[in-house]
Amino acid sequence: MNEKEILNRYELDNIIVRLSFQIVEKLKDDTDYAIIGIKRRGAILADRIANAIFKFKNVKPKVGYLDITLYRDDLTEISDFPKLLGTDISFDVRGKTIVLIDDVIFTGRTVRAAIDAILDFGRPKKIIFVSLVDRGHREFPIQPDFVGKYVPTNIEEKINVKLMEIDNIDSVVIEKRG
Amino acid sequence: MSILLKNCNIVNFDKTINGDIFIEGDKISQVGKLDIKMAEVIDCSGKIVVPGLIDMHVHFRDPGLEYKEDIETGSKAAVAGGVTTCLPMANTKPVNDNSYITTYMIDKAKKVGLIDIYPVGAITKGLDGNELAEIGEMRSAGAIAFSDDGKPVMNSEVMRRAAEYIKGLDGIILSHSEDKDLAGKGVINDGKISTITGLKGIPAEAEEIIIARDILISKLTGAHFHFCHVSTKGSVDLIRYGKSLGLNITAEAAPHHFSLTEDELLSYDTNFKMNPPLRTREDVEAIKNAIKDGTIDCIATDHAPHHRDEKFVEFDLAAFGIIGLQTLVPLTLELVRQNIFDINHFVKVTSYNPSRILKLNDRGEIAPGKLADLAIIDMDKEYIFDENLNRSKSSNTPFLNKKLKGINCITIKSGKIVYQL
Amino acid sequence: MSLSRKDLTGLIDVSKDEILTILETAEKFKEINQREIKKVPTLKGKTIVNLFFEPSTRTRTSFEIAGKRLSADTINFTASASSTTKGETLIDTVKNIESMGVDMFVVRHYYSGSVKFIAENTRAHVINAGDGTNEHPTQSLLDLFTIKEKKGRLEGLNVAIIGDITHSRVARSNAWAMKKLGINLKLYGPNTMIPKDYEPFGCTVCSSIDEAVEDCDVIMMLRIQLERQGIALLPSLKEYSKLFGLNKDRLKKAKKDAIIMHPGPINRGVELPSLLADCEQSVILDQVENGVAVRMAVIYLLTIQNANQKLEA
Repeated sequence: MNEKEILNRYELDNIIVRLSFQIVEKLKDDTDYAIIGIKRRGAILADRIANAIFKFKNVKPKVGYLDITLYRDDLTEISDFPKLLGTDISFDVRGKTIVLIDDVIFTGRTVRAAIDAILDFGRPKKIIFVSLVDRGHREFPIQPDFVGKYVPTNIEEKINVKLMEIDNIDSVVIEKRG
Repeated sequence: MSILLKNCNIVNFDKTINGDIFIEGDKISQVGKLDIKMAEVIDCSGKIVVPGLIDMHVHFRDPGLEYKEDIETGSKAAVAGGVTTCLPMANTKPVNDNSYITTYMIDKAKKVGLIDIYPVGAITKGLDGNELAEIGEMRSAGAIAFSDDGKPVMNSEVMRRAAEYIKGLDGIILSHSEDKDLAGKGVINDGKISTITGLKGIPAEAEEIIIARDILISKLTGAHFHFCHVSTKGSVDLIRYGKSLGLNITAEAAPHHFSLTEDELLSYDTNFKMNPPLRTREDVEAIKNAIKDGTIDCIATDHAPHHRDEKFVEFDLAAFGIIGLQTLVPLTLELVRQNIFDINHFVKVTSYNPSRILKLNDRGEIAPGKLADLAIIDMDKEYIFDENLNRSKSSNTPFLNKKLKGINCITIKSGKIVYQL
Repeated sequence: MSLSRKDLTGLIDVSKDEILTILETAEKFKEINQREIKKVPTLKGKTIVNLFFEPSTRTRTSFEIAGKRLSADTINFTASASSTTKGETLIDTVKNIESMGVDMFVVRHYYSGSVKFIAENTRAHVINAGDGTNEHPTQSLLDLFTIKEKKGRLEGLNVAIIGDITHSRVARSNAWAMKKLGINLKLYGPNTMIPKDYEPFGCTVCSSIDEAVEDCDVIMMLRIQLERQGIALLPSLKEYSKLFGLNKDRLKKAKKDAIIMHPGPINRGVELPSLLADCEQSVILDQVENGVAVRMAVIYLLTIQNANQKLEA
């Protein structure tokens, strides 16, 4: 196995800032919005984006954290036992614009699960989706509204997003197998 | 017809000799170094020859419950286990509480022609514990012993009168010692395992109370009480005390009660459900020592066949008991291997003592003039006791498909070879 | 983090880690029960049959809600004696229902050991919802969940279980679990309701209610029945309440913040007076609430784990 870094910590920081601006710009006058990150790393990115927005808007958006395990369509087929991480959405999603955040979009199945999960909390006004990395290979007709970086990949390759909070380093690497 | 058994290790209750046995007709005619021609010769080297085993406690379920066992399959299981004389209990359907049933059983066994049976007559009509059955008529028809086995005679007055009456007929009472009220709906021993499993317990005292009572009724009446399937240390102590008073009492133990403990019940396996239940390690040791020191006179199987459907149910609903005729030899030989007693004592408790208790003096020994009832046993053979070996109609035993050591190879009943492995 | 077993028939053979996994998973499920849409699609297409041979509305309802909130199809099969009187055996009944494509049985039965017996004879998962006087594992798990929620920990707590210990599947399951979790358990009840040989419980059996309650963090009162299988174990409920029931004075012996538990249904005025059943310290309704989350966790962990084992095989 060999790894190649595709984003270092500075590039990552810049992307967070850029995505924050893009989100704010897209929402325009819509102030009734909230950010929901998909656990685990999407949740961390959600916090970082919320902090970035706070820096230039002086208003901190509401942040929720979503565990999509129970909504996976492959739950009875995956080999590792899925540990439940828990969902924490302490605000009412009804009528709100939801900014859904994840670290990597791949097949689109996770996003599908996340949308289903959010709908179980109520009917949001709309959902936009932001991903740090888009590695292609979609299996569902789902596209992110904003992407940090497009990374064309081989199907066998793996994108590892490493974040300080859990990995002790900020870095995105591509892992080639075999 | 004559048979010559060559190179035998002839084991009697009192001694072992090397030699040959010559059988003429239904009797043993000579024992020793023999040079006889014109006879069928069986080479017994490497094996032991013992007097045919006498099992004082079996259930052949015939008449009425032939789906579990009948006298033919019961006889086949017996000879496969080296057993040539059986006492089938009275809890048939209808109950053996009259001479017609007794005669039916004896006739059927004769027709099958493998073993001798001495049906146990019921003490009370229908085993109801109240009204005396026609004990005299059954005695005349061939019953030696009387019992309501499966149920106790709870009424002490009824037991007293039965004892007096049976004593007058030179019969024996086989006491199924169980205080029904104290045992209640219990299904296993009352103790550590009943606490763990939530299965209702039967205290040892449920057995001991009736043993104590019947010892006293023996004292009161002078009748011969033989205690069935003794399973607890307390029972052994009571019997020892009764014998020390010189009372006319004897006792038996079943192989499962000296081979297994209540710990097996942690599995809820209904093949370990019996009555009396499997007890503690301490009880097992007490039973072994009692067999050794003579407090318990003999080993009887309590062979209790049940259909699979009666065992493959909820534990509380499962029938009590296991089959035992073919595991009698290996399980009892285990005590010889454990040096609890020697091979002569094995013969004493499986054949000689029962013959004396039942006053069947024509058997129980290998000697000229005695019935040619013999079992030729390979003490060292290890094997899996499986359905191919099992001759009973039922398979309810925890020893099925288990490795056993020691097996009966040939059975001779009244001079005829009735079983060959 | 796994529960590598097909069935949950009791806590006697479940490890400390497995118990903690269930409790931790249940915490996550509790959040779902507080949502507006109290349902996740996890077990869509799975069929759970609640096979109850003994009536129990509350346990059955709790399991039914748990299954439904996981999107499983739950079917209630209340088997009376009727199937057995028709000559059908227990395993016949189970096999028949299993043939309809059942993934899980939740079984309540009046005989000890029968849930294990069923589990050994079906391909489906089996959860014990109470078998005779043997075990009621999910009740114990919800008790533990509630204790942990209220006390913040389990290890080192002092717990008293008071009542008919001999005939209580709740006491048994709790005894096995609490021993593994390092809880100091004390048992108390009339001698007719304490097993002759209580050594396997590995805990203290007290000789007075004051001794039992003293310094306790948790007091669990068990439901009392006057007789069992026709044998009277007590002279009267009135006498029971005086001698063995919890009351305000006795409660004072316990820690100030002690909680009062009861597996329900309560005999008001017998095991404890209404005053205590409904007081601040009573967590009886929390137990019921937590029951759903705990049962969701058990259903989830058994179903998902097995699917993965199938894949590996």
